[in-house]
Amino acid sequence: MSKPVLATATLAGCFGCHMSLLDIDEKILDLIELVEFNKSPLTDIKNFTKKCDIGLIEGGCCNSENVHVLKDFRKNCNILVSFGECAIMGGLPAFRNPIPIKECLEEAYLNGPSVKGNNKSGIIPNDEEIPMMLDKVYPCHEIVKIDYFLPGCPPSAELIWNALTALITGNEMELPYEVIKFD
Amino acid sequence: MADIINFTIDGKECVAEKGTLILQAVQENDIYIPTLCNYKGVKPQGSCRICTVRANDRLTTACTTPVGDGMEIENDTSEINDFRKSVIELLFVEGNHFCPACEMSGECELQALAYRFQMMVPRFTYQFPKREIDARHPKILKDQNRCIRCKRCIRTIKDEKGRSVFAFFGRGKNIEVNVDPVLGSKLTDKLAAKAVEVCPVGSILPREKGFRTPIGQRKFDHEPIGSEYKH
Repeated sequence: MSKPVLATATLAGCFGCHMSLLDIDEKILDLIELVEFNKSPLTDIKNFTKKCDIGLIEGGCCNSENVHVLKDFRKNCNILVSFGECAIMGGLPAFRNPIPIKECLEEAYLNGPSVKGNNKSGIIPNDEEIPMMLDKVYPCHEIVKIDYFLPGCPPSAELIWNALTALITGNEMELPYEVIKFD
Repeated sequence: MADIINFTIDGKECVAEKGTLILQAVQENDIYIPTLCNYKGVKPQGSCRICTVRANDRLTTACTTPVGDGMEIENDTSEINDFRKSVIELLFVEGNHFCPACEMSGECELQALAYRFQMMVPRFTYQFPKREIDARHPKILKDQNRCIRCKRCIRTIKDEKGRSVFAFFGRGKNIEVNVDPVLGSKLTDKLAAKAVEVCPVGSILPREKGFRTPIGQRKFDHEPIGSEYKH
């Protein structure tokens, strides 16, 4: 039987959840035995080369590119997992959500202390090559169907390991009290 | 001698004094019921609905309903617990509860309830309301993003003349718990510390004292909320 295929992505996140995945220490060697990696920042595979069994998503959706990547993952992964607070509830980037997007961009490019007076042309970058910012940062499950959620900032290595091994082996997941934390 | 009445909790036979509230009667039998707006020593108001039980086939708040003779109470059932979990989820999406950046993370009762009920993600849509932080007072900060309007501060923090330091302002979904500017400026250290203590979330914060307890030593790091009860 061929190994299950795992793909991962970071959307509007800080890579902390991926660092926590690496924090499983020497178990990473077991993981390589258990799964085959496909599209992921860890393998640097840019495009899906085959259908994957599990997709791990870090970060919420703050721009059109995030939405595109997330939809691509949904299309190519049988099971999609939101891991980390940003994927689940927008996280730190979602601090901008109560503020209208126009005000955010004007603060960043026209009025903020580091740009005020320096942006002579008064242009807010709008090249079509640049992904379009969304009005808000959206949790992943508000864009596509997400099958499982692993909370934490970041989710502990133990939680990620328990979830991955449960998904791979088909056994019920162990959820001791101390592995579920929101911080 | 006070009248003793019999009742059952999830089929277990228990006794209590007549007139005892369900919450107290259940706790006296070493059984846990989640609470949030309720605070020891303060008149219960039954507003958060987290302590809801089914008493004689009727949903009611345990903190405001007296136990009746022969009453059959359902407490720890999947239906009741899912109902309670939905209340926690509603509170999470209604405000801006970003645990990783909160000074009270690990000490927060709302978060602890979410852990106990294993909330992985709220079933409702996040609202991301625009709320302010009031930092005008010398001893405390009031962060409206995290306020769950439980009124615990309004009901407990009073000055020597019995005047409430905190009060509701506005109506409906825009209602806020505000600090009285005059009484807030005269708040004693003791009362300020008490205000921080009664707040179940991180909405009332002491100034210049954030993140004092290291991760791993906080109140709910190792034991779920309600661990003092056997069942």
